[in-house]
Amino acid sequence: MASLKARHRRSQLMVGVMIAAVFVAVIPLLFILGDVVVKGISQLNLAFLTQPEPFIQTASGGGFGAGIRGTIKMVGLGTVIAVPIGVLAAVYTTEYRSRGPLATLVRFFADVMTGIPSIFVGIFVFTVVVLTTGSFSTYAGGIALGILMMPVIVRTSEGAMQLVPIMLRESALALGIRRWRTIVSVVLPTAAPGITTGVLLAMARAAGETAPLLLTSFGNQLMVPWTQWNGPETALTLQIFNNSRAFLPIQQARAWTGSLVLITGVLILSLVARAVIARRARQTR
Amino acid sequence: MQVLTKSADRAGIAPARSADRYFRWLATGSALLVLLLLAGMLVRTTVAAWPAFSKYGISFITGTKWNPAGGQFGALPLIYGTLVTSVIALLIAVPVSVLIALYVSEVAPPRLATPLTYVVDLLAAVPSVVYGLWGLLVLVPFLTNHIYQPLTTHLSWLPFISDFTSGRNYLTAGLILALMITPIISAVSREIFRTVPAEEREAALAVGATRWEMIRMAVLPRSRSGVIAAVILGFGRAVGETIAVAYLIGGLPSITAHLLQQGSTIAAEIALQFQEAVATPIWKSALIGLGVVLFAMTLLINIAARLIIRRSERGVRG
Repeated sequence: MASLKARHRRSQLMVGVMIAAVFVAVIPLLFILGDVVVKGISQLNLAFLTQPEPFIQTASGGGFGAGIRGTIKMVGLGTVIAVPIGVLAAVYTTEYRSRGPLATLVRFFADVMTGIPSIFVGIFVFTVVVLTTGSFSTYAGGIALGILMMPVIVRTSEGAMQLVPIMLRESALALGIRRWRTIVSVVLPTAAPGITTGVLLAMARAAGETAPLLLTSFGNQLMVPWTQWNGPETALTLQIFNNSRAFLPIQQARAWTGSLVLITGVLILSLVARAVIARRARQTR
Repeated sequence: MQVLTKSADRAGIAPARSADRYFRWLATGSALLVLLLLAGMLVRTTVAAWPAFSKYGISFITGTKWNPAGGQFGALPLIYGTLVTSVIALLIAVPVSVLIALYVSEVAPPRLATPLTYVVDLLAAVPSVVYGLWGLLVLVPFLTNHIYQPLTTHLSWLPFISDFTSGRNYLTAGLILALMITPIISAVSREIFRTVPAEEREAALAVGATRWEMIRMAVLPRSRSGVIAAVILGFGRAVGETIAVAYLIGGLPSITAHLLQQGSTIAAEIALQFQEAVATPIWKSALIGLGVVLFAMTLLINIAARLIIRRSERGVRG
């Protein structure tokens, strides 16, 4: 066996290698975030957030207002679809027959579904919604995002509900309160912060999706009214994608600014999500 | 009994009972819906891809020419590109992620470990379109000028990298993928390392093991299957990643051992061609067929990973 000194040196060397690995991952992240801020911030203004791209794309001015609106609409619709189904499915897997075959299957395939490529979900919604209605549309995009959000919401809601002490349920049932009432008035409110965190994280992920939207909402140069959902609409990510593949500096600059807006939005959602859970933890303590 | 039921009806208990039943149905229905959705996805897309599947048969997968304009739909170059980029990503990301996970769970003081976890998770929060944008406008020029060109002029005898045609190539795509799958591999590995009982670490340290020896004796052997599952999950992510790869692979389907040449992957090809293909039925059907192939690959990959994770979790509990 090697001398004690050599063994310690080897151990220290390996710790050094681990620290190096941390830097290998963190340095590119800093470069990405730094580039997005540096290259994006100078064009960022109110017009960028509210106006559509100039009609001639190579002209200056305008912004990603159309895409920001589209992203809000589609993520909103996705949330409206995914939250009730996801939370109710989680109610089934925790509150009813949680060890039964259906609950086990749902849990397992919800995990599997989080690994399904988002572009495939786009293809599915294309065949079901776009081919049926004959048109790319805002709601097709929203449905695709909803499907992507669903498994995340199932699993995080389930985790949150499992943390609700069984005694709370028993107390409610002992008072003669119905099962559904116990779930709606005791379990869900207690689990609400955890569920909210899951929903916000799912929204953040959905807002960053590009691939499924190419096949469902397609993109649109014009600003679509808030109330119109049955035609093609662009999203922030789609505008970044299209502008960055163009070779004019002015379009690339717009793509950087769009990325800055997107990353800021995603980070705010993630931070709020963490804050909700952290506040909850402080309250229970 | 009947009297009781009647009075219960009057007291409003019976509606409550049926409300109980409705609510249960609602929850069961939602649970079923999640499963049906997955089944529906497979069936519906296979049906839509059927024209291409029936026309080209097995050559849809084994054919070596993907040339939509010429009506040739052989997906092998795309499958090849998908596997090559994913393997490059794994070769880089696996050691890096496992080392990060070891550092966070075994070495770093808690005060450092928690923020570090957040930072690594942040890599997963960056949208793939931003990876693509950064890769195309920053990484590609950098690699071309400072790595690929010097390398190919001075070390042209090296295998795999001698033939340099574009900064958008298999290797660039693989590098970005490595960055993108690092958070999932390191997060899952971290959780696996945490399930190793503290007693086993203490036992190793008590007989005089150094920290690294403790990791090798107590932590790694117990976590092997879990880390394998983490790697498979990362592989699944790399295979399915679309937009960042679409930016960086070049979009020229080919089967070549030269990693500095342009290629394409299944997912990238769908994303890059779909809007154009919608007007041509067989092309559209072929792209949907590509989606089915991709779905089947990632489904198998993810099922395998989840089964391993579940088994190793049960092993710990049991």
